[in-house]
Amino acid sequence: MNTSFLQEARLKRQIWLDMLFRGMTRLSAFGVLALLVAILGSLIIGSMPAINAFGFNFLTSAQWDPVTDEYGALVPIIGTLVTSAIALVIAIPVSFGIAIFLTELSPRVLRRPLGIAVELLAGIPSIIYGMWGLFVFAPLFADHVEPWLNDHIGVLPYIGPFFSGPPMGIGILTAGIILAIMVIPFIASVMRDVFEVVPALLKESAYGLGATTWEVVWKVVLPYTRIGVVGGIMLGLGRALGETMAVTFVIGNAHELSESLLMPGNSISSALANEFTEAVGELYTSALIELGLILFFITFVVLSLARFMLYKLGQREGQST
Amino acid sequence: MNAENIANPKVVVKDLNFYYGNYRALNNINMNIAEKMVTAFIGPSGCGKSTLLRTFNRMYQLYPKQKATGQIILDGANILDPKQDLNMLRAKIGMVFQKPTPFPMSIYDNIAFGVKLYETLGKNDMDERVEWALKKAALWTEVKDKLKQSGTGLSGGQQQRLCIARAIAVKPQVLLLDEPTSALDPISTAHIEKLIDELKEDFTIVIVTHNMQQAARVSDYTAYMYLGDLIEFGDTSTVFTNPKRKETEDYITGRFG
Amino acid sequence: MMNLYTRRRIINVIGLVVSMLAMLFGLFWLCWILFTLLDHGLPALTMSVFSEMTPPPGSNGGLLNAIAGSLMMSLIGTLIGTPIGILAGTYLAEFGQRGWLAPITRFINDILLSAPSIVIGLFVYEVYVVHVKHFSGWAGALALAIIVIPIVIRTTENMLRLVPNTLREAAAALGAPQWKIVNFVTLRAARAGIITGVMLAIARISGETAPLLFTSLNNQFWSSDMDQPLANLPVVIFQFAMSPYEDWQNLAWAGALLITLSVLTLNILARVLFRQSATTH
Repeated sequence: MNTSFLQEARLKRQIWLDMLFRGMTRLSAFGVLALLVAILGSLIIGSMPAINAFGFNFLTSAQWDPVTDEYGALVPIIGTLVTSAIALVIAIPVSFGIAIFLTELSPRVLRRPLGIAVELLAGIPSIIYGMWGLFVFAPLFADHVEPWLNDHIGVLPYIGPFFSGPPMGIGILTAGIILAIMVIPFIASVMRDVFEVVPALLKESAYGLGATTWEVVWKVVLPYTRIGVVGGIMLGLGRALGETMAVTFVIGNAHELSESLLMPGNSISSALANEFTEAVGELYTSALIELGLILFFITFVVLSLARFMLYKLGQREGQST
Repeated sequence: MNAENIANPKVVVKDLNFYYGNYRALNNINMNIAEKMVTAFIGPSGCGKSTLLRTFNRMYQLYPKQKATGQIILDGANILDPKQDLNMLRAKIGMVFQKPTPFPMSIYDNIAFGVKLYETLGKNDMDERVEWALKKAALWTEVKDKLKQSGTGLSGGQQQRLCIARAIAVKPQVLLLDEPTSALDPISTAHIEKLIDELKEDFTIVIVTHNMQQAARVSDYTAYMYLGDLIEFGDTSTVFTNPKRKETEDYITGRFG
Repeated sequence: MMNLYTRRRIINVIGLVVSMLAMLFGLFWLCWILFTLLDHGLPALTMSVFSEMTPPPGSNGGLLNAIAGSLMMSLIGTLIGTPIGILAGTYLAEFGQRGWLAPITRFINDILLSAPSIVIGLFVYEVYVVHVKHFSGWAGALALAIIVIPIVIRTTENMLRLVPNTLREAAAALGAPQWKIVNFVTLRAARAGIITGVMLAIARISGETAPLLFTSLNNQFWSSDMDQPLANLPVVIFQFAMSPYEDWQNLAWAGALLITLSVLTLNILARVLFRQSATTH
């Protein structure tokens, strides 16, 4: 009798501990959800004064004047989108090449060290890229590349205006290039991981048919891994959009709209980094917070799209096999 | 079927059905498991023999969408009764798996882990229990000098005997063995088969095996299953030498499966 | 008309050469950046960097207060973020098979994992700094903790999923209650991987600048008061590098080298640790 009573008590305690532990993990998981809601909520509340004052004009106005308290987000939004676009245009083919080299071409001895090197470089803090851009890249770019761009591409019709302007070294184009250099190791290491998942048997059977290395990559590896490749690119885009330090050093921080990529501009994150702590007045602060809200919204949409595409592609994959 | 003939059943299975979602994996199983004997489940893969074994300790409850109906009666209490406490139930029914599953802790702690769950033993008593279990599992002489070392460092056969020691250390009444030797080499297999023979002095043993010779060697009763049905059940020598059903004979003589 | 086979071969060679060039192109920039970092950082990395405070413009000094502040905030941020991350990751891997919470949390965690860190800074500013009315080390640590959480959740879930189900079944078969199975068996089996994830999270936050700009800000003097603005390496680097003073710029390079070295060391350690545990299993 006594032992069964003891066991009963022990049992009750275990059930209680089980519930406690499960509750704690559940609460933590719920905390993540609450965190997102809190971030969104606090940004929305913080930007209410600016939303009330400017409404939708905030998105379309290029005016940014703390003296007259007039704010519009067009310049930083465009700056964020254009720098990220430049970064992806450069980074996607380069990362792809690096990933192919690391999985298919590299001599065995170099494969591991080079792969590790790329992964380590993906971990270098972005502020380092920004500093290097400001002190090393921008002066060289101003002295050697931008004059050439002005003389040769700036005179072309249609695309000319994008590449003509004073060779200052800092500006949208420089920021895009620095961003590209920063996301290359990131995207490349994701792609490499993805490429390595391709079963050797699949590649061998293609080689067995007499396919060249390039054909194996293009027609077997890439189709097999396109889900992961798109995912990696989207993650890289997410990084580029939200990146602060690599951009802030070199973008020039000018709230002016110019079609020239050589001109200084601004991105959302660098406007925040440069101006937020010095902003005086409720409306100024609020306008900056609304910028943050817009940035969060853009990255949210991009990342959700990435997830959705992966899901869709995954489904199709599931059906076809 | 002479399932009813078993005089002293430890476990009685009545009208047992099992579902994976909508798929019915076991059809109306009725059988008696004899106390302190070895009962073997044989049959081609997918026949439901492992599924049946896993209902005995409701292991399926770890997974959503799996459910069992009917009754499995152990000592008068229905195992499948939702009111039956799962952990208490499992403490009474030990299980050993296809692949060795040493926990990521020392050999000693591997065995003490289960004991501590339902008993409060002093250091000396615990030492004795660990030694007892390891001796029962015929592992003591090999590991007595390295009890503090990790259980994952042992060889495959040793790991499996460690798992058996762990299962019997809590002094269960029934021991479920789910293809316990399928991942082992022949020498380790022979060790474990010998062990099963000794363990039935103390425990009621149910073993699932895909190896018919093994069933013939170690078991007292054999159940042949096919596609979720219990085709034939009886004492091992009858099932193997003089099967009543054509299907059983085909399987045993190797014409099928 | 060119022979088909020749054409295929030429395309192949071009493709391979281009991807080799891509590798060289990528490595070229990265070597250049590392070279610059060593070139500027090593001469500036003197003993006084570790023994003196950040100086006013035009005089010599060090980074001691910034190093200490960074260590404190990273430590506290990790201590806050890790347990929450491990618990939530455990929920996703062990308890979340049924119900709506796990899939949504997983999705949101993916978003938070790539969310712009400057927005995290804004958030902490809005909910904490505004209310206490001053920048502080606590606010900085909180922002870093929010960055740690999704990283730890992701690795914890992934590592727990690598633990074979039979191990859970074996523990359940002994009659162990679920909290014991998870704490003493599965989390233990996944331990090395989770520690690796925590180290990578520390590496990540030790270089984060953006979330600290609006939270801990900076402090020119020695302070160990978490309730005051706290100096930290990334923000000091940012301010000093953007300044026109050469002394400050040199210190910024020294700090940049310091951060990079510690981040790389953490990454390599995490890797070694993980590989060791992988070979013993």
